[in-house]
Amino acid sequence: MFRRKRKASDFGAEIEAHIQLETERLQEQGLSYEDARTAARRSFGNVTNTQEHFYESNHLLWWDNFWQDIRYAARMLRKSPGFAAIAILTIALGIGATTAIFSVVDATLLHPLPYPHPEQLVTIQDDLPGVGARDVGISVPEWHDFQRSGIFQYVSALGGGDTNLTGASEPARIRLLTIPPNYFALLDVKPQLGRSFDPEDQTPGFNLEVLISDGLWKRAFGSDPHILGKSVRLDNDLYRVVGVMPPGFHDPGATVEESNTDVWAAAGFAGPPAPPPQRNLRILPEAIARIAPGLTIAAAQSRLNALVASLQKEYPTDYPLQSGWRVRLVPLAETVVGNVRQSLILLLGAVGLVLLIGCVNVANLLLARASARGREMAVRQALGAARARLIRQLLTESVLLSLLGGIVGLAILFCAKGFLLQIMPDSLPRLNEVSINWSVLLFALAASLVAGMIFGLAPALHAGRVDLIPMLKQEARGSTGSGEQARTRRVLMVTEFALSLVLMIAAGLLLRSFWDLLNVRPGFNPQSVMAMHMWLPVPNDPDTDIYGSPAQEAPFVREILRRAGTLSGVEEVAIGDIAAIPLGHGRNDLNPFALVLEGRENQSDDSPLVNATIVTPSYFHLVGMTLQRGRLLSDSDKENAPAVAVINEAFARTYWPNDDAVGKHLKLNNARGTTPNRSWTTVVGVIADARTESLAEPSVPQIYVSVYQQRSKDLAIFLRGRLDRSATPAELREQVQLINPELPVFGAQMLTDVVTASLSERRFSLEMVGLFALTALLLAGLGIYGVISYLVSERTHEIGIRLALGARSGNILRMVLRQGLGLAIAGAAVGLICALVVSHLMAGLLYGVRPTDPLTFAGVALLLIGVALLACYIPARRAIRVDPLVALRHE
Amino acid sequence: MSTQDARERLELLQGTLDLLILRTLIFGSQHGQGIARAIQQTSDEELLVEHGALYPALQRLEERGWISAKWGISANNRKARFYSLTPVGRKQLLKETSKWNRLTAAIGRILESEEG
Repeated sequence: MFRRKRKASDFGAEIEAHIQLETERLQEQGLSYEDARTAARRSFGNVTNTQEHFYESNHLLWWDNFWQDIRYAARMLRKSPGFAAIAILTIALGIGATTAIFSVVDATLLHPLPYPHPEQLVTIQDDLPGVGARDVGISVPEWHDFQRSGIFQYVSALGGGDTNLTGASEPARIRLLTIPPNYFALLDVKPQLGRSFDPEDQTPGFNLEVLISDGLWKRAFGSDPHILGKSVRLDNDLYRVVGVMPPGFHDPGATVEESNTDVWAAAGFAGPPAPPPQRNLRILPEAIARIAPGLTIAAAQSRLNALVASLQKEYPTDYPLQSGWRVRLVPLAETVVGNVRQSLILLLGAVGLVLLIGCVNVANLLLARASARGREMAVRQALGAARARLIRQLLTESVLLSLLGGIVGLAILFCAKGFLLQIMPDSLPRLNEVSINWSVLLFALAASLVAGMIFGLAPALHAGRVDLIPMLKQEARGSTGSGEQARTRRVLMVTEFALSLVLMIAAGLLLRSFWDLLNVRPGFNPQSVMAMHMWLPVPNDPDTDIYGSPAQEAPFVREILRRAGTLSGVEEVAIGDIAAIPLGHGRNDLNPFALVLEGRENQSDDSPLVNATIVTPSYFHLVGMTLQRGRLLSDSDKENAPAVAVINEAFARTYWPNDDAVGKHLKLNNARGTTPNRSWTTVVGVIADARTESLAEPSVPQIYVSVYQQRSKDLAIFLRGRLDRSATPAELREQVQLINPELPVFGAQMLTDVVTASLSERRFSLEMVGLFALTALLLAGLGIYGVISYLVSERTHEIGIRLALGARSGNILRMVLRQGLGLAIAGAAVGLICALVVSHLMAGLLYGVRPTDPLTFAGVALLLIGVALLACYIPARRAIRVDPLVALRHE
Repeated sequence: MSTQDARERLELLQGTLDLLILRTLIFGSQHGQGIARAIQQTSDEELLVEHGALYPALQRLEERGWISAKWGISANNRKARFYSLTPVGRKQLLKETSKWNRLTAAIGRILESEEG
């Protein structure tokens, strides 16, 4: 089949030889040469036909045509470099941006998690709908029950937390993940060096073995090949390194490099430092599992429901009916992506619209060119080109354009990759997996082809429908598009306006949400406040803990307060736990406590979890939280004084809706650490709600207790005053390490930066959609400019006559503007309807503004129409400057 | 004279030309014009072979590997492309011949029974 073909000339020679032989034979029979040759030819039949037949059987005709089309298209593009450059750039921007967003979507939403058989991986979430709590974490006995149930291959948990790595040059704070020994067996990932934990290990507490990350191995141990068996000191305890994880390994959900786990330590969560296992002590904040082979998630869920029902029967006191304990399986991939899905889909939609608008623009350009090339097409058709052939040729041209655009777009993307990754918010899940891989390239190719088809189709179909005779009769320079073509261009224009309007309204709504969030009164004052982290070690043996109780910790805390107060510029000092940093804490930084209310003990065995924030009395004034009723914490609320707490209004409303909360008694049972059943705590004051969890959430119940009555290990030092961003942290670290040189003090942040960073995802969506909307507006403006310019130049003659007959230039101006305005209004009307649908779909991303916000809708529509008028004004001005004499000579 | 009574001659059935070419080549290599003449003469001028139609057929057979071709000199000292049967072609000829015989015999029987 692919053997070398005979050349056509060889075939021709053979035919010639045949005719020669036949002629000679006939001559031998007595015919003259001429007669013989004629007869020979006649008996041969149609020579040309035979040759063509040979040629066609020997060549792939469509390939020939294709090549011809490509060469022709390339020639046409070279002949009009300006047009080609504009079209290619438009498409390049569209394809580049779409591909960039797609690469993020691909990594976060489409790619399976980077573990073997990711479809078997789930998160296990406990819900207590009866007390309005979701995903409260699971308890150790539950974990064991799940493990033994046969529903799962492995059930594991993620403990989280930081630790101090000492023994290195400076005490360093590293990320430690406490996990059961089966964690790596569950994820089915092997270390690059050494071994992982034995999944059957039953050690109740820490087993004193650790695996370290590739990053830490390189950073802290210089890729030491003999690292295995060496000991590292984590919070005063010695651990043996048994393995090094491979470079690409990330815990499920880990995002950027900085927040990746450095050390994995295995624990059974059933012995010190964990409290004795109890059914209602939900100390494992996150549980993951690999379901047994052959089970679907739905099947596993129904078997799990049965298990839950039987456990509820078996332990009625631990699982009271009114709390409605339920266990949910959620695909791990979904948990990891979380609520980013909606934003990403919005971005992909937005960027797709930009690409579409770009396509419409190029289609318009092509149509304008098509009318200039009408004669060429007519001549080719008159010479016998089939309509399908012409359409194919024009489509080849547009696809070539879009492929070139795609290539340029990808090139831009490659160059801008580093920058783009930088502007992505760090909180984007699976950001580290974003790359330009084959599926992304394939997407770019497909997008280019589809784009080429879309913008090439209208002009191509028109070219095929040309009416030959009038076209050929026309003078070349006066050739105009048919009425039908003008109509198509108007329809394209209206489409473009509508699409742009949808994008701009989306951007407008996001902008208003963002603006509202920026201007929201957060209920605290972040100005001139700096927070620095500090972590007190947690030894595995509680007896060796020198900060083990509030009484032991208090002198240390007071000393820090005293020393920090002497630093230059510092006016106020406070200490709290990480959860006390407004907007600056993650879910794992919270201290969940099981809440028991006096008088309601019996109905709440399975108590709601509340997050208690641990602070020094000076905290409230420093961050500017205002007291509503009662009193704040005071320095006299010491370790041996009666336990007190301050709550916010949301807390008071939730638990004492009809009563004054001040003076009420409650119990906080630490869900993760100490043993329960402390004495009663009295509510002494109620402060105003502050948006400390999220700027978008006005009131989340909060309870504050004194650091002198409730110890905390991860602390934040708060300073207010005229602070020096660069000098103050070092001075503070020096002061703290004068007290205890083993303590790391790190992560200084201005509270204003924390507030800004908490909006980074919203800011990112807003910036992206805003950028796309601006591009769309620009493209729409250029589009209508092109169309109106074209209409004006088409009507130069007519305008000349009107002017010659005495029309005022104002009339001409209005006439032209009216045309543009008509298109813009029609586009805006269609766009408003589409925008209503889109804005409802993105309601979840909005804050403080309704999806039908009339101000945004009207404002954006007016802006679009204004830009359209401006774009029309330039060609309209040209129209009224027409010199009637020149215009009349135009024909 | 080879064309004057063309109308009375038989048109070739579809697909039979290949068989005739293969059959002609069994006596040795031959060029296109020779094959055309041979078919006409052997059939007592009964069959009409348009010479032009011969060449696509030759081309086809060559591509299938049933015949091979090379340029040579004809009896009257003319350059011509000579075709000869390959072993595969020879086998194919046997197969096609027996198929043809069965076909004609079957058709013959039907036609006779109708006449009878």
